[in-house]
Amino acid sequence: MTDRTASPNETAVSSAPLIERIGVWIPFVLVPLFVIVGYALIGSVPAWATLTLAGLAMGMMIFVMASGLTLVFGLMDILNFGHGAFISIGAFVGATVLLQATSLTGVDSTLLNLGAVLPAILAAMLVAGGLGYFFERVIVRPVYGAHLKQILVTMGGLIVAEELIRLIWGPNEIPLPRPEALKGAWIFGTVAIEKYRVYAVVLGLAIFAALVWVLGRTRIGLLIRAGVENGEMVEALGYRIRLVFILVFVAGSALAGLGGVMWGLYEQIITATMGLDILVLVFIVVIIGGLGSVQGCFIGALLVGLMANYTGYLVPKLALGSNILLMVAVLMWRPQGLLPVNKQ
Amino acid sequence: MLTSLLSGDLPRSRVLTWILLAILVGLAFAPFLFPGTRSLNTAATICIFIVLVASYDLLLGYTGVVSFAHTMFYGIGAYGVAIVLDLWPASWSGVLLGTLAGLAVSVALAFVIALFSLRVRAIFFAMVTLAVASAFMILASQLPELTGGEDGLSYRVPRELGPAFKLIEARPFDVKIDGRLLNYYLVFFSSAGLFLLLLRFVNAPFGRVLQAIRENAFRAEAIGYRTVIYRTIAVCLSAGVASLAGSLMAIWLKYTGPDTTLSLGIMIDILLMLVIGGMGSIYGAVLGATIFILARNYLQDLMGIASSALGDLPLLPHLVDPDRWLLWLGVLFILSVYFFPSGIVGRLRAGR
Repeated sequence: MTDRTASPNETAVSSAPLIERIGVWIPFVLVPLFVIVGYALIGSVPAWATLTLAGLAMGMMIFVMASGLTLVFGLMDILNFGHGAFISIGAFVGATVLLQATSLTGVDSTLLNLGAVLPAILAAMLVAGGLGYFFERVIVRPVYGAHLKQILVTMGGLIVAEELIRLIWGPNEIPLPRPEALKGAWIFGTVAIEKYRVYAVVLGLAIFAALVWVLGRTRIGLLIRAGVENGEMVEALGYRIRLVFILVFVAGSALAGLGGVMWGLYEQIITATMGLDILVLVFIVVIIGGLGSVQGCFIGALLVGLMANYTGYLVPKLALGSNILLMVAVLMWRPQGLLPVNKQ
Repeated sequence: MLTSLLSGDLPRSRVLTWILLAILVGLAFAPFLFPGTRSLNTAATICIFIVLVASYDLLLGYTGVVSFAHTMFYGIGAYGVAIVLDLWPASWSGVLLGTLAGLAVSVALAFVIALFSLRVRAIFFAMVTLAVASAFMILASQLPELTGGEDGLSYRVPRELGPAFKLIEARPFDVKIDGRLLNYYLVFFSSAGLFLLLLRFVNAPFGRVLQAIRENAFRAEAIGYRTVIYRTIAVCLSAGVASLAGSLMAIWLKYTGPDTTLSLGIMIDILLMLVIGGMGSIYGAVLGATIFILARNYLQDLMGIASSALGDLPLLPHLVDPDRWLLWLGVLFILSVYFFPSGIVGRLRAGR
């Protein structure tokens, strides 16, 4: 709104062109750099491989949850604290389906397991998406353009949703065992590769690729990107930007629900407060990546995931603060985030 | 005299005046009007939360900056006193040292957070503070040798503040004049002093600038006020007062743990109190804190009765279960942000 500072492109004009050209690529090499530095510090291949995979899996899951939040912010200028509610609701709905279908998840058959996991994911995405639609219509819509009220109202929505979860599913945490096909690990010599983490990384990559494709290659993606840069102009060209808003909001909520299921299966336990806990990580990721940028969000999520796992192994006491330190470092270096979006 | 004590910010509504007077009298004579440990504890909690919520109002209501780290500063103040009294034998200099140390750490931390997040965009502050506060909470429980971990710290306060200390033998109105009473009045007068100080701040030219920034930061900057500096000062001030409130709580409770000082639950309580009481007016904090804490301590009993009275009906008993009261407060919170953004105080002042 009014407190927007100048975009970095304008401020960096005077610096040397070569450094600037290299600087553009720095965000993209950060993740490989992190992995290499991690190896240098850890020094043992099995530990490093396990931690890297765990970090990537965690990063992918956070990315799935954060992508919706960052797009919603970019497109509608809404900071949605209620995003945590979609994560929890998705996890609880998914868990309910999975716990109902124990006859499918209990046997060691990939096909049957898939028959339980797919409906669980679909149900979670549908319910989270539906809740997102309701949220956009009832809670967020009256406060467009007022950041303060948005934060308060969506936080209130998160509180109510958390209490509703306790009302429906009871106040206790629910253990969520993984289906048989997702359990266990592949062993290559001394390196153990946990299956679920590989699946999480693959799914995360697929979603990232799909998002990049939709945003970069389709007409609706063109409209979304145009809306992020200048919503009024898109409207003036005759497109009903409101519909794009709702679509992105619902899709983002559904992705949060999917992320909730993935996270629940990863931690193998779900609680009513998980949404708010993860939201903290999601915010760090979104800030690191640059508000509104999907690619930045992806890089940020991987950095956060790797950072959390490496420091958890190297200096356990620092593990919690490490992501905050990462955020501080990135903000010092690039106040707008790694890949800022140029908004008009 | 009264006008200058209240910094010229009178309640401006007859009903509001009477309510505030009733709260003031009730709190000032709480040990005599409502004898009993539970009610005295409620009164002290209300005093401290009035200060805590009022200091949050300086940020949210006056400056328009959303912070989720207010309980962190409150907790730092509490832990400052708790750690000093836990490590060394109870003494007044220990209390003072703990309070000042907590204050210094809070203000310094607030300054750092404000500097690097407000510099970019004001809304970053909400996200950054949420992250920092939750990391700090886990940090406190990860350092058990210093903070007592999840169990927290129990410690002794100076003898003059304990129930064993008798000031005079007489028992006016059948109330023992002991250290507990002294402790309550320490809390009461410190809270009153801090409250008047906050009232002074927001009604000074400084407070007007904060309001200008809240209304239109761009224009305030254009007039020539450095919004970043003013916002940073507001953040530091409010953190400092919150830290002092935390120290008071530590002295009153003789116990400090993550659940009573640092948890996000308390942060949400503060938000609810302020929004329901009234943002943008320090008096809103008084009403919000009083109503909320009375409701939490006594309304939950009522809900329990209602819940058991509804018996075996489906869902309904669970809806009015005492544990679900945050659900109703959350709904009330959302509705009041939409329809009464200035809260109860705003309604009372408008309906004069």
